[in-house]
Amino acid sequence: MAFESFSAFLAMEGHGPYVWTCYAVFVILVAGTVFWSAKRHQATYHMCKRGYEQENPKGQNVPKAAATFTRVEISQD
Amino acid sequence: MWQFFHKLGSPKWFFGIANRFMPWLLAGGLILLVAGLVWGLAFAPKDYLQGNSYRIIFIHVPSAFLAQSIYIMMASAAVVTLVWRMKLADVFVKSVAPVGLLFTFLALFTGAVWGKPTWGTWWVWDARLTSMLILLFLYGGVIALDRSINDEKSAARAVAVLVLVGVVNIPIIKYSVNWWNTLHQPATFKLTEKPAMAMEMWVPLLLSVLGLYLLFGWLACLRMKTEILVRERRTRWVKELVLAGRK
Repeated sequence: MAFESFSAFLAMEGHGPYVWTCYAVFVILVAGTVFWSAKRHQATYHMCKRGYEQENPKGQNVPKAAATFTRVEISQD
Repeated sequence: MWQFFHKLGSPKWFFGIANRFMPWLLAGGLILLVAGLVWGLAFAPKDYLQGNSYRIIFIHVPSAFLAQSIYIMMASAAVVTLVWRMKLADVFVKSVAPVGLLFTFLALFTGAVWGKPTWGTWWVWDARLTSMLILLFLYGGVIALDRSINDEKSAARAVAVLVLVGVVNIPIIKYSVNWWNTLHQPATFKLTEKPAMAMEMWVPLLLSVLGLYLLFGWLACLRMKTEILVRERRTRWVKELVLAGRK
């Protein structure tokens, strides 16, 4: 360790505010970009998925109309 | 060789390769970056001239390196876009331009905060600082131009031309400290020569530079994948990929 105590580490002999401001801005902006890019990828992926599912919905998911104008379906059981 | 080149231009092939490399890039980047920064902040010795303010170097130099490298990579991709009309090259330029803007801003910001205790001023209009500010505007210009043109192909060509015109700024940034008398110190980091700084400072700097490069690689892959999903969503392979649940 280049410092004798934790408070000396934070103070950095008076240069603390400069050093810690730089590191804070760096970490916030880089982590923010990583997080935001990952979130945008997820959102794009789900948007594509919804689009495909709307295009050709799976047969079982579509509720079948019980009655139409031309034909009434009555259960034979 | 040519087959490899054409494969490289295929978004489908890229998607597979990116998925394979991304976990390694992220893990390696984070480990190296954290190791370099912790070492630099807490364990590297104090500079005899600048005291502890020099510890900003461990984020300032990697950011500045990336700011310029990303622009050079974008310029290479711009040549590929103009000559071979490769889709992936344009996807790359569009995806990484905001990341380049971020690192240029970080290099300028950390430089300004470092300048205050070292030079006694936040900013001077000298060659190195001004040419870096121009780089920031170039990145901003590339992003704005891309967003202002709706047609994908016209946007790709216009952006490629702008990126290539702006590349003249890169040697100016690099050699500004040698050509003109500037406040900025000369290059700390040369791959070809023995480092001028102490090993205890140089090794953590090397770690953080490598770490940030790997992290950039991961970020570039992720952002390119997003852009490919948007552009190729009408194709069959993207549809199969998404419906199979592969991200």
